[in-house]
Amino acid sequence: MSEVLTFEDVWLEYGEKIVLERVTLGIAERSFVSIVGPSGAGKSSFLRLALGQEAPSRGRILLDGKPLPPECGPDRGVVFQRYSVFPHLTALRNVMFARECAGARFTARLFGGARRRAIEEATAMLAEVGLGDSLHAYPAQLSGGMQQRLAIAQALIARPRVLLLDEPFGALDPGIRQDMHRLILRLWEEHALTVLMVTHDITEAFKLGTRVLAFDKRRIDPHAPHRFGATAVYDLPLKTKLPLETPEVSISGITIDRISNNYQG
Amino acid sequence: MRWVNVRPNPRSAILLGALPLLIALVVYCFASAARHAANPADKVLPTPAAMMDAMHGLLVDTDPLSGQLIFWADTAASLERLGLGLGICALSALLVGMVLGALPAARATFGALVTTVAVIPPIALLPILFIVFGLGETAKVALIVIGVTPFLIRDLADHVAALPREQIIKAQTLGASSWQLALRVALPQALPRLIAGLRLSLGPAWVYLISAEAIASDIGLGYRIFLVRRYLSMDIIIPYVAWISLLAIVMDVALLQLSRRAFAWAHQDHR
Repeated sequence: MSEVLTFEDVWLEYGEKIVLERVTLGIAERSFVSIVGPSGAGKSSFLRLALGQEAPSRGRILLDGKPLPPECGPDRGVVFQRYSVFPHLTALRNVMFARECAGARFTARLFGGARRRAIEEATAMLAEVGLGDSLHAYPAQLSGGMQQRLAIAQALIARPRVLLLDEPFGALDPGIRQDMHRLILRLWEEHALTVLMVTHDITEAFKLGTRVLAFDKRRIDPHAPHRFGATAVYDLPLKTKLPLETPEVSISGITIDRISNNYQG
Repeated sequence: MRWVNVRPNPRSAILLGALPLLIALVVYCFASAARHAANPADKVLPTPAAMMDAMHGLLVDTDPLSGQLIFWADTAASLERLGLGLGICALSALLVGMVLGALPAARATFGALVTTVAVIPPIALLPILFIVFGLGETAKVALIVIGVTPFLIRDLADHVAALPREQIIKAQTLGASSWQLALRVALPQALPRLIAGLRLSLGPAWVYLISAEAIASDIGLGYRIFLVRRYLSMDIIIPYVAWISLLAIVMDVALLQLSRRAFAWAHQDHR
Protein backbone atom coordinates (compact mmCIF):
# COMPACT_ATOMS: atom_id res chain seq x y z
CA MET A 1 0.00 0.00 0.00
CA SER A 2 1.24 3.47 -0.81
CA GLU A 3 2.09 6.04 1.80
CA VAL A 4 -0.17 9.05 2.21
CA LEU A 5 1.84 10.90 4.82
CA THR A 6 5.60 10.60 5.23
CA PHE A 7 7.63 12.05 8.09
CA GLU A 8 11.34 12.29 7.31
CA ASP A 9 13.56 12.95 10.35
CA VAL A 10 11.13 15.53 11.71
CA TRP A 11 12.06 17.72 14.69
CA LEU A 12 9.88 20.21 16.49
CA GLU A 13 11.64 22.70 18.75
CA TYR A 14 10.50 25.80 20.61
CA GLY A 15 13.74 27.62 21.32
CA GLU A 16 15.58 25.51 23.90
CA LYS A 17 12.78 23.04 24.30
CA ILE A 18 12.68 20.00 22.07
CA VAL A 19 9.20 18.55 21.73
CA LEU A 20 9.70 15.96 18.99
CA GLU A 21 12.95 14.55 17.69
CA ARG A 22 13.88 12.19 14.86
CA VAL A 23 10.35 11.23 13.92
CA THR A 24 10.62 9.09 10.80
CA LEU A 25 7.58 7.14 9.75
CA GLY A 26 5.09 6.68 6.98
CA ILE A 27 1.33 6.45 7.18
CA ALA A 28 -0.04 3.92 4.71
CA GLU A 29 -3.19 4.57 2.74
CA ARG A 30 -6.37 3.24 4.39
CA SER A 31 -4.63 2.59 7.71
CA PHE A 32 -6.12 3.56 11.07
CA VAL A 33 -3.24 4.76 13.21
CA SER A 34 -3.79 5.28 16.94
CA ILE A 35 -1.32 7.49 18.77
CA VAL A 36 -0.90 7.03 22.52
CA GLY A 37 1.58 8.29 25.08
CA PRO A 38 1.80 10.22 28.34
CA SER A 39 0.72 13.87 28.53
CA GLY A 40 3.30 16.15 27.06
CA ALA A 41 4.89 13.45 24.93
CA GLY A 42 4.12 15.37 21.79
CA LYS A 43 1.07 13.45 20.55
CA SER A 44 -0.89 16.59 19.86
CA SER A 45 2.18 18.36 18.49
CA PHE A 46 2.57 15.48 16.06
CA LEU A 47 -1.03 15.91 14.99
CA ARG A 48 -0.58 19.67 14.60
CA LEU A 49 2.38 18.97 12.30
CA ALA A 50 0.30 16.60 10.20
CA LEU A 51 -2.45 19.23 10.13
CA GLY A 52 -0.06 21.92 8.95
CA GLN A 53 -0.94 24.12 11.92
CA GLU A 54 2.78 24.15 12.73
CA ALA A 55 5.86 23.62 10.60
CA PRO A 56 8.66 21.27 11.70
CA SER A 57 11.89 22.99 12.73
CA ARG A 58 13.91 20.31 10.95
CA GLY A 59 13.10 17.53 8.53
CA ARG A 60 10.16 17.43 6.18
CA ILE A 61 6.65 16.09 5.89
CA LEU A 62 5.29 14.80 2.61
CA LEU A 63 1.65 14.41 1.63
CA ASP A 64 1.32 12.07 -1.34
CA GLY A 65 5.01 12.62 -2.04
CA LYS A 66 4.73 16.42 -2.12
CA PRO A 67 6.02 18.69 0.68
CA LEU A 68 3.22 19.72 3.03
CA PRO A 69 2.51 23.46 3.04
CA PRO A 70 2.63 24.91 6.58
CA GLU A 71 -1.05 25.80 6.50
CA CYS A 72 -4.24 23.83 7.02
CA GLY A 73 -5.96 22.79 3.82
CA PRO A 74 -8.95 20.80 2.66
CA ASP A 75 -6.83 17.69 1.99
CA ARG A 76 -6.67 17.06 5.76
CA GLY A 77 -9.86 16.87 7.81
CA VAL A 78 -9.89 17.28 11.56
CA VAL A 79 -12.14 16.59 14.54
CA PHE A 80 -11.14 18.06 17.89
CA GLN A 81 -12.39 17.11 21.33
CA ARG A 82 -14.48 20.30 21.49
CA TYR A 83 -15.38 23.42 19.47
CA SER A 84 -15.21 21.56 16.17
CA VAL A 85 -18.56 22.77 14.88
CA PHE A 86 -19.85 26.28 14.21
CA PRO A 87 -22.38 27.29 16.89
CA HIS A 88 -24.16 29.77 14.60
CA LEU A 89 -25.03 27.27 11.88
CA THR A 90 -27.60 24.47 11.89
CA ALA A 91 -26.34 20.90 11.49
CA LEU A 92 -27.16 21.00 7.79
CA ARG A 93 -25.39 24.33 7.21
CA ASN A 94 -22.39 23.10 9.21
CA VAL A 95 -22.01 20.15 6.84
CA MET A 96 -22.64 22.29 3.74
CA PHE A 97 -19.87 24.70 4.79
CA ALA A 98 -17.08 22.93 2.86
CA ARG A 99 -19.20 22.79 -0.30
CA GLU A 100 -20.11 26.47 0.01
CA CYS A 101 -16.47 27.51 0.45
CA ALA A 102 -15.42 25.50 -2.59
CA GLY A 103 -18.39 26.55 -4.74
CA ALA A 104 -18.51 30.30 -4.15
CA ARG A 105 -15.20 32.04 -3.61
CA PHE A 106 -16.60 35.46 -2.76
CA THR A 107 -19.97 34.96 -1.07
CA ALA A 108 -19.35 31.42 0.31
CA ARG A 109 -23.06 30.82 -0.34
CA LEU A 110 -24.63 28.63 -2.99
CA PHE A 111 -27.81 29.25 -4.94
CA GLY A 112 -30.16 27.29 -7.19
CA GLY A 113 -29.13 23.86 -8.39
CA ALA A 114 -25.71 23.92 -6.75
CA ARG A 115 -27.40 24.66 -3.43
CA ARG A 116 -29.91 21.84 -3.87
CA ARG A 117 -27.13 19.39 -4.66
CA ALA A 118 -25.15 20.51 -1.61
CA ILE A 119 -28.23 20.14 0.59
CA GLU A 120 -28.87 16.63 -0.76
CA GLU A 121 -25.27 15.61 -0.23
CA ALA A 122 -25.15 17.07 3.28
CA THR A 123 -28.47 15.45 4.21
CA ALA A 124 -27.15 12.06 3.08
CA MET A 125 -23.94 12.58 5.05
CA LEU A 126 -25.87 13.51 8.18
CA ALA A 127 -28.13 10.48 7.80
CA GLU A 128 -25.02 8.33 7.55
CA VAL A 129 -23.69 9.53 10.92
CA GLY A 130 -27.14 9.14 12.49
CA LEU A 131 -28.22 12.77 12.55
CA GLY A 132 -30.96 12.44 9.91
CA ASP A 133 -33.54 13.78 12.37
CA SER A 134 -31.54 16.81 13.52
CA LEU A 135 -30.88 18.59 10.24
CA HIS A 136 -32.09 21.97 11.48
CA ALA A 137 -30.87 21.81 15.06
CA TYR A 138 -28.14 24.14 16.26
CA PRO A 139 -25.08 22.56 17.92
CA ALA A 140 -26.13 23.88 21.34
CA GLN A 141 -29.29 21.76 21.03
CA LEU A 142 -27.27 18.58 20.37
CA SER A 143 -25.69 16.33 22.99
CA GLY A 144 -21.90 15.94 23.16
CA GLY A 145 -21.96 12.69 21.16
CA MET A 146 -24.21 14.19 18.50
CA GLN A 147 -21.93 17.22 18.20
CA GLN A 148 -19.00 14.89 17.52
CA ARG A 149 -21.04 13.01 14.91
CA LEU A 150 -21.74 16.36 13.30
CA ALA A 151 -18.06 17.30 13.39
CA ILE A 152 -17.18 14.00 11.67
CA ALA A 153 -19.83 14.48 8.96
CA GLN A 154 -18.64 18.05 8.43
CA ALA A 155 -15.04 16.88 7.95
CA LEU A 156 -15.90 13.89 5.72
CA ILE A 157 -17.91 15.86 3.16
CA ALA A 158 -14.69 17.63 2.12
CA ARG A 159 -13.27 14.16 1.21
CA PRO A 160 -9.94 14.62 3.00
CA ARG A 161 -6.92 12.43 2.16
CA VAL A 162 -6.27 12.02 5.88
CA LEU A 163 -8.71 12.38 8.76
CA LEU A 164 -7.06 13.63 11.93
CA LEU A 165 -8.82 12.99 15.23
CA ASP A 166 -7.56 14.74 18.38
CA GLU A 167 -9.06 12.83 21.32
CA PRO A 168 -12.43 12.97 19.59
CA PHE A 169 -14.27 10.80 22.12
CA GLY A 170 -12.41 11.93 25.25
CA ALA A 171 -15.28 14.01 26.63
CA LEU A 172 -18.04 11.42 26.02
CA ASP A 173 -19.73 8.92 28.33
CA PRO A 174 -18.51 5.31 28.04
CA GLY A 175 -21.75 4.03 26.43
CA ILE A 176 -21.79 6.82 23.85
CA ARG A 177 -18.12 6.22 23.19
CA GLN A 178 -18.84 2.58 22.18
CA ASP A 179 -21.44 3.82 19.65
CA MET A 180 -18.94 6.33 18.30
CA HIS A 181 -16.32 3.56 17.93
CA ARG A 182 -18.73 1.54 15.79
CA LEU A 183 -19.55 4.64 13.74
CA ILE A 184 -15.97 5.67 13.04
CA LEU A 185 -14.97 2.09 12.08
CA ARG A 186 -17.92 1.85 9.69
CA LEU A 187 -17.10 5.19 8.09
CA TRP A 188 -13.43 4.23 7.87
CA GLU A 189 -14.34 1.11 5.89
CA GLU A 190 -17.09 2.62 3.74
CA HIS A 191 -15.20 5.79 2.79
CA ALA A 192 -11.77 4.09 2.52
CA LEU A 193 -10.34 6.64 4.96
CA THR A 194 -6.86 7.07 6.28
CA VAL A 195 -7.15 8.01 9.96
CA LEU A 196 -4.69 9.39 12.51
CA MET A 197 -6.20 9.38 15.98
CA VAL A 198 -4.62 10.74 19.16
CA THR A 199 -6.12 9.21 22.30
CA HIS A 200 -5.52 8.89 26.01
CA ASP A 201 -7.44 5.63 26.12
CA ILE A 202 -5.23 2.59 25.42
CA THR A 203 -8.18 0.24 25.01
CA GLU A 204 -9.64 2.58 22.41
CA ALA A 205 -6.29 2.69 20.60
CA PHE A 206 -6.12 -1.11 20.30
CA LYS A 207 -9.82 -1.47 19.50
CA LEU A 208 -9.83 0.89 16.55
CA GLY A 209 -6.30 0.99 15.19
CA THR A 210 -4.61 -1.12 12.54
CA ARG A 211 -1.40 0.30 13.93
CA VAL A 212 -0.53 1.83 17.29
CA LEU A 213 2.19 4.43 17.75
CA ALA A 214 3.36 5.10 21.31
CA PHE A 215 5.07 8.45 21.75
CA ASP A 216 7.52 9.02 24.59
CA LYS A 217 11.03 10.21 25.25
CA ARG A 218 13.79 7.74 24.65
CA ARG A 219 16.17 9.42 27.07
CA ILE A 220 15.69 11.76 29.98
CA ASP A 221 18.27 14.16 31.35
CA PRO A 222 17.08 14.81 34.90
CA HIS A 223 18.83 18.19 34.95
CA ALA A 224 17.49 19.39 31.61
CA PRO A 225 14.41 17.31 30.82
CA HIS A 226 13.44 19.69 28.03
CA ARG A 227 16.55 18.92 26.00
CA PHE A 228 15.33 15.54 24.80
CA GLY A 229 12.25 15.31 22.62
CA ALA A 230 9.74 12.54 22.24
CA THR A 231 9.43 10.22 19.30
CA ALA A 232 7.52 7.07 18.35
CA VAL A 233 9.09 4.58 20.76
CA TYR A 234 6.73 1.74 19.84
CA ASP A 235 5.26 1.15 16.42
CA LEU A 236 2.92 -1.83 16.58
CA PRO A 237 1.11 -3.07 13.49
CA LEU A 238 -2.04 -4.90 14.64
CA LYS A 239 -3.24 -8.04 12.85
CA THR A 240 -6.22 -8.56 15.11
CA LYS A 241 -8.06 -5.77 16.82
CA LEU A 242 -9.56 -5.94 20.26
CA PRO A 243 -13.25 -6.72 19.94
CA LEU A 244 -15.45 -3.66 19.99
CA GLU A 245 -17.25 -4.87 23.10
CA THR A 246 -14.07 -4.81 25.19
CA PRO A 247 -15.02 -3.13 28.43
CA GLU A 248 -13.39 0.13 29.39
CA VAL A 249 -10.22 -0.44 31.37
CA SER A 250 -8.90 2.41 33.39
CA ILE A 251 -5.19 2.63 32.86
CA SER A 252 -4.43 5.72 34.82
CA GLY A 253 -0.68 5.50 34.32
CA ILE A 254 -0.88 6.52 30.71
CA THR A 255 -1.89 10.07 31.45
CA ILE A 256 0.21 10.66 34.52
CA ASP A 257 3.17 12.87 33.96
CA ARG A 258 5.84 11.11 35.98
CA ILE A 259 8.87 12.48 34.20
CA SER A 260 7.71 16.06 34.16
CA ASN A 261 8.13 16.38 30.45
CA ASN A 262 5.85 19.38 30.47
CA TYR A 263 8.84 21.34 31.71
CA GLN A 264 8.63 24.89 30.40
CA GLY A 265 12.23 25.93 29.79
CA MET B 1 -39.65 26.65 52.20
CA ARG B 2 -36.39 28.59 52.04
CA TRP B 3 -36.47 32.10 50.58
CA VAL B 4 -33.81 31.19 47.98
CA ASN B 5 -36.25 28.65 46.51
CA VAL B 6 -39.24 30.97 46.20
CA ARG B 7 -39.55 31.68 42.48
CA PRO B 8 -42.36 33.92 41.18
CA ASN B 9 -44.15 32.66 38.06
CA PRO B 10 -44.05 34.93 34.98
CA ARG B 11 -47.35 36.66 35.73
CA SER B 12 -46.60 37.45 39.35
CA ALA B 13 -43.08 38.50 38.32
CA ILE B 14 -44.61 41.27 36.17
CA LEU B 15 -46.84 42.33 39.06
CA LEU B 16 -43.88 42.32 41.45
CA GLY B 17 -41.85 44.39 38.99
CA ALA B 18 -44.67 46.95 38.61
CA LEU B 19 -45.13 47.29 42.37
CA PRO B 20 -42.10 49.53 43.17
CA LEU B 21 -42.93 51.78 40.21
CA LEU B 22 -46.53 52.15 41.40
CA ILE B 23 -45.37 52.87 44.94
CA ALA B 24 -43.01 55.56 43.63
CA LEU B 25 -45.89 57.13 41.70
CA VAL B 26 -48.20 57.09 44.71
CA VAL B 27 -45.49 58.54 46.97
CA TYR B 28 -44.93 61.32 44.43
CA CYS B 29 -48.64 62.14 44.25
CA PHE B 30 -48.89 62.35 48.05
CA ALA B 31 -45.76 64.51 48.31
CA SER B 32 -47.02 66.80 45.54
CA ALA B 33 -50.45 67.09 47.17
CA ALA B 34 -48.83 67.89 50.52
CA ARG B 35 -46.70 70.67 49.03
CA HIS B 36 -49.64 72.14 47.17
CA ALA B 37 -51.72 72.08 50.35
CA ALA B 38 -49.05 74.27 51.98
CA ASN B 39 -48.43 76.49 48.93
CA PRO B 40 -50.87 76.32 45.97
CA ALA B 41 -48.28 78.02 43.69
CA ASP B 42 -45.58 75.34 44.30
CA LYS B 43 -43.46 74.62 41.19
CA VAL B 44 -41.05 71.96 42.50
CA LEU B 45 -43.44 69.00 42.66
CA PRO B 46 -46.18 69.74 40.09
CA THR B 47 -49.36 67.67 40.27
CA PRO B 48 -50.09 65.20 37.45
CA ALA B 49 -52.90 67.48 36.29
CA ALA B 50 -50.51 70.44 36.06
CA MET B 51 -48.03 68.32 34.04
CA MET B 52 -50.74 67.23 31.61
CA ASP B 53 -51.83 70.83 31.27
CA ALA B 54 -48.29 72.07 30.56
CA MET B 55 -47.52 69.23 28.12
CA HIS B 56 -50.77 69.73 26.26
CA GLY B 57 -49.45 72.94 24.77
CA LEU B 58 -46.25 71.25 23.56
CA LEU B 59 -48.00 68.14 22.27
CA VAL B 60 -50.84 69.52 20.16
CA ASP B 61 -50.38 73.30 19.73
CA THR B 62 -48.07 74.53 16.99
CA ASP B 63 -45.34 76.86 18.14
CA PRO B 64 -46.07 80.30 16.65
CA LEU B 65 -42.33 80.96 16.16
CA SER B 66 -41.25 77.77 14.35
CA GLY B 67 -44.63 76.43 13.18
CA GLN B 68 -43.84 73.01 14.69
CA LEU B 69 -45.34 70.80 17.37
CA ILE B 70 -42.51 71.32 19.84
CA PHE B 71 -42.61 67.99 21.67
CA TRP B 72 -42.61 65.91 18.50
CA ALA B 73 -40.02 68.10 16.79
CA ASP B 74 -37.75 67.71 19.84
CA THR B 75 -38.24 63.94 19.82
CA ALA B 76 -37.54 63.64 16.10
CA ALA B 77 -34.39 65.79 16.31
CA SER B 78 -32.99 63.85 19.26
CA LEU B 79 -33.80 60.45 17.80
CA GLU B 80 -32.25 61.43 14.49
CA ARG B 81 -28.99 62.44 16.20
CA LEU B 82 -29.00 59.33 18.37
CA GLY B 83 -29.85 56.99 15.50
CA LEU B 84 -27.26 58.52 13.20
CA GLY B 85 -24.60 58.40 15.92
CA LEU B 86 -25.30 54.83 16.97
CA GLY B 87 -25.57 53.71 13.34
CA ILE B 88 -22.14 55.12 12.54
CA CYS B 89 -20.84 53.56 15.79
CA ALA B 90 -22.19 50.12 14.92
CA LEU B 91 -20.87 50.09 11.35
CA SER B 92 -17.41 51.41 12.16
CA ALA B 93 -17.09 49.20 15.25
CA LEU B 94 -18.07 46.16 13.21
CA LEU B 95 -15.52 46.95 10.53
CA VAL B 96 -12.62 47.92 12.81
CA GLY B 97 -13.44 45.37 15.51
CA MET B 98 -13.48 42.51 13.00
CA VAL B 99 -10.17 43.60 11.49
CA LEU B 100 -8.50 44.08 14.90
CA GLY B 101 -9.87 40.79 16.20
CA ALA B 102 -9.03 38.69 13.16
CA LEU B 103 -5.66 40.09 12.13
CA PRO B 104 -2.98 40.07 14.86
CA ALA B 105 -0.85 42.56 12.88
CA ALA B 106 -3.69 45.11 12.77
CA ARG B 107 -4.29 44.69 16.50
CA ALA B 108 -0.62 45.33 17.26
CA THR B 109 -0.70 48.50 15.13
CA PHE B 110 -4.00 50.10 16.16
CA GLY B 111 -4.81 48.50 19.51
CA ALA B 112 -2.94 51.16 21.53
CA LEU B 113 -4.63 53.98 19.59
CA VAL B 114 -8.12 52.62 20.28
CA THR B 115 -7.28 52.18 23.98
CA THR B 116 -5.96 55.73 24.19
CA VAL B 117 -9.07 57.22 22.59
CA ALA B 118 -11.23 55.04 24.84
CA VAL B 119 -9.79 56.48 28.07
CA ILE B 120 -10.38 60.14 27.09
CA PRO B 121 -13.64 61.37 28.70
CA PRO B 122 -15.71 62.21 25.59
CA ILE B 123 -17.31 65.28 27.18
CA ALA B 124 -13.81 66.75 27.51
CA LEU B 125 -13.58 66.58 23.72
CA LEU B 126 -16.87 68.42 23.21
CA PRO B 127 -15.24 71.90 22.99
CA ILE B 128 -12.86 70.58 20.34
CA LEU B 129 -15.78 69.08 18.40
CA PHE B 130 -17.70 72.37 18.56
CA ILE B 131 -14.61 74.23 17.32
CA VAL B 132 -13.89 71.76 14.54
CA PHE B 133 -17.42 70.91 13.37
CA GLY B 134 -19.25 74.09 14.40
CA LEU B 135 -22.42 74.14 16.48
CA GLY B 136 -24.53 72.13 14.03
CA GLU B 137 -25.62 68.52 13.95
CA THR B 138 -22.18 67.10 13.09
CA ALA B 139 -20.61 67.90 16.44
CA LYS B 140 -23.47 66.27 18.36
CA VAL B 141 -23.37 63.10 16.29
CA ALA B 142 -19.56 63.08 16.47
CA LEU B 143 -19.69 63.20 20.29
CA ILE B 144 -21.84 60.06 20.39
CA VAL B 145 -19.57 58.35 17.88
CA ILE B 146 -16.38 59.24 19.76
CA GLY B 147 -17.91 58.28 23.09
CA VAL B 148 -19.31 54.90 22.14
CA THR B 149 -17.21 53.52 19.28
CA PRO B 150 -13.95 52.77 21.16
CA PHE B 151 -15.83 50.67 23.71
CA LEU B 152 -17.65 48.77 20.97
CA ILE B 153 -14.44 48.23 18.99
CA ARG B 154 -12.58 46.83 21.98
CA ASP B 155 -15.47 44.60 22.98
CA LEU B 156 -15.89 43.22 19.47
CA ALA B 157 -12.16 42.78 18.80
CA ASP B 158 -11.80 40.82 22.05
CA HIS B 159 -14.79 38.67 21.17
CA VAL B 160 -13.54 37.87 17.66
CA ALA B 161 -10.01 37.19 18.90
CA ALA B 162 -11.40 34.81 21.54
CA LEU B 163 -13.23 32.58 19.06
CA PRO B 164 -11.95 29.04 19.72
CA ARG B 165 -8.79 28.28 17.77
CA GLU B 166 -10.36 24.93 16.87
CA GLN B 167 -13.11 26.66 14.86
CA ILE B 168 -10.61 28.67 12.83
CA ILE B 169 -8.51 25.56 12.10
CA LYS B 170 -11.60 23.54 11.24
CA ALA B 171 -12.81 26.18 8.78
CA GLN B 172 -9.42 26.14 7.07
CA THR B 173 -9.47 22.35 6.75
CA LEU B 174 -12.88 22.78 5.09
CA GLY B 175 -11.24 24.99 2.48
CA ALA B 176 -12.17 28.47 3.77
CA SER B 177 -10.00 31.40 2.67
CA SER B 178 -9.28 34.35 5.00
CA TRP B 179 -12.17 36.25 3.44
CA GLN B 180 -14.57 33.30 3.73
CA LEU B 181 -13.46 32.79 7.33
CA ALA B 182 -14.24 36.41 8.16
CA LEU B 183 -17.56 36.36 6.30
CA ARG B 184 -18.94 33.01 7.39
CA VAL B 185 -17.32 32.29 10.77
CA ALA B 186 -16.28 35.55 12.45
CA LEU B 187 -18.96 37.99 11.23
CA PRO B 188 -22.07 35.97 12.18
CA GLN B 189 -20.65 35.35 15.64
CA ALA B 190 -19.69 39.03 16.03
CA LEU B 191 -23.17 40.41 15.20
CA PRO B 192 -25.06 39.30 18.34
CA ARG B 193 -22.16 40.58 20.40
CA LEU B 194 -22.39 43.93 18.59
CA ILE B 195 -26.08 44.19 19.48
CA ALA B 196 -25.33 43.35 23.12
CA GLY B 197 -22.64 46.06 23.08
CA LEU B 198 -25.07 48.57 21.55
CA ARG B 199 -27.62 47.85 24.28
CA LEU B 200 -25.00 48.57 26.92
CA SER B 201 -24.00 51.76 25.05
CA LEU B 202 -27.51 53.21 24.95
CA GLY B 203 -27.07 54.79 28.40
CA PRO B 204 -23.80 56.59 27.61
CA ALA B 205 -25.11 57.57 24.16
CA TRP B 206 -28.10 59.37 25.75
CA VAL B 207 -25.75 61.12 28.19
CA TYR B 208 -23.62 62.46 25.32
CA LEU B 209 -26.70 63.48 23.33
CA ILE B 210 -28.30 65.42 26.21
CA SER B 211 -24.97 67.06 27.07
CA ALA B 212 -24.37 68.24 23.52
CA GLU B 213 -27.96 69.49 23.20
CA ALA B 214 -27.78 71.27 26.56
CA ILE B 215 -24.69 73.22 25.57
CA ALA B 216 -25.44 74.31 22.02
CA SER B 217 -28.67 73.55 20.21
CA ASP B 218 -32.02 75.05 19.25
CA ILE B 219 -34.09 71.88 19.27
CA GLY B 220 -34.06 68.50 20.97
CA LEU B 221 -35.21 66.82 24.17
CA GLY B 222 -32.04 67.78 26.06
CA TYR B 223 -32.21 71.36 24.78
CA ARG B 224 -35.82 71.69 25.95
CA ILE B 225 -35.31 70.51 29.53
CA PHE B 226 -32.27 72.75 29.98
CA LEU B 227 -34.21 75.66 28.46
CA VAL B 228 -37.30 75.39 30.69
CA ARG B 229 -35.07 74.83 33.76
CA ARG B 230 -34.63 78.63 33.73
CA TYR B 231 -38.34 79.01 34.52
CA LEU B 232 -38.31 76.18 37.07
CA SER B 233 -40.80 74.38 34.82
CA MET B 234 -40.77 71.01 36.55
CA ASP B 235 -44.15 70.35 34.93
CA ILE B 236 -42.31 70.04 31.60
CA ILE B 237 -39.00 68.63 32.78
CA ILE B 238 -40.54 65.62 34.54
CA PRO B 239 -42.67 64.44 31.57
CA TYR B 240 -39.67 64.94 29.25
CA VAL B 241 -37.42 62.83 31.50
CA ALA B 242 -40.12 60.13 31.70
CA TRP B 243 -40.42 60.21 27.89
CA ILE B 244 -36.62 59.88 27.50
CA SER B 245 -36.55 56.84 29.77
CA LEU B 246 -39.48 55.31 27.90
CA LEU B 247 -37.65 55.79 24.58
CA ALA B 248 -34.50 54.23 26.04
CA ILE B 249 -36.45 51.21 27.31
CA VAL B 250 -38.18 50.74 23.94
CA MET B 251 -34.83 50.86 22.11
CA ASP B 252 -33.31 48.35 24.51
CA VAL B 253 -36.23 45.93 24.13
CA ALA B 254 -36.22 46.37 20.34
CA LEU B 255 -32.50 45.52 20.13
CA LEU B 256 -32.99 42.49 22.37
CA GLN B 257 -35.90 41.25 20.24
CA LEU B 258 -33.90 41.82 17.06
CA SER B 259 -31.04 39.75 18.46
CA ARG B 260 -33.40 36.96 19.60
CA ARG B 261 -35.12 36.81 16.21
CA ALA B 262 -32.06 37.09 14.00
CA PHE B 263 -29.56 35.17 16.13
CA ALA B 264 -31.66 32.58 17.94
CA TRP B 265 -28.58 30.33 18.27
CA ALA B 266 -26.85 32.89 20.49
CA HIS B 267 -29.72 32.93 22.99
CA GLN B 268 -29.93 29.21 23.66
CA ASP B 269 -28.88 28.02 27.07
CA HIS B 270 -25.56 26.30 26.85
CA ARG B 271 -25.27 22.99 28.55
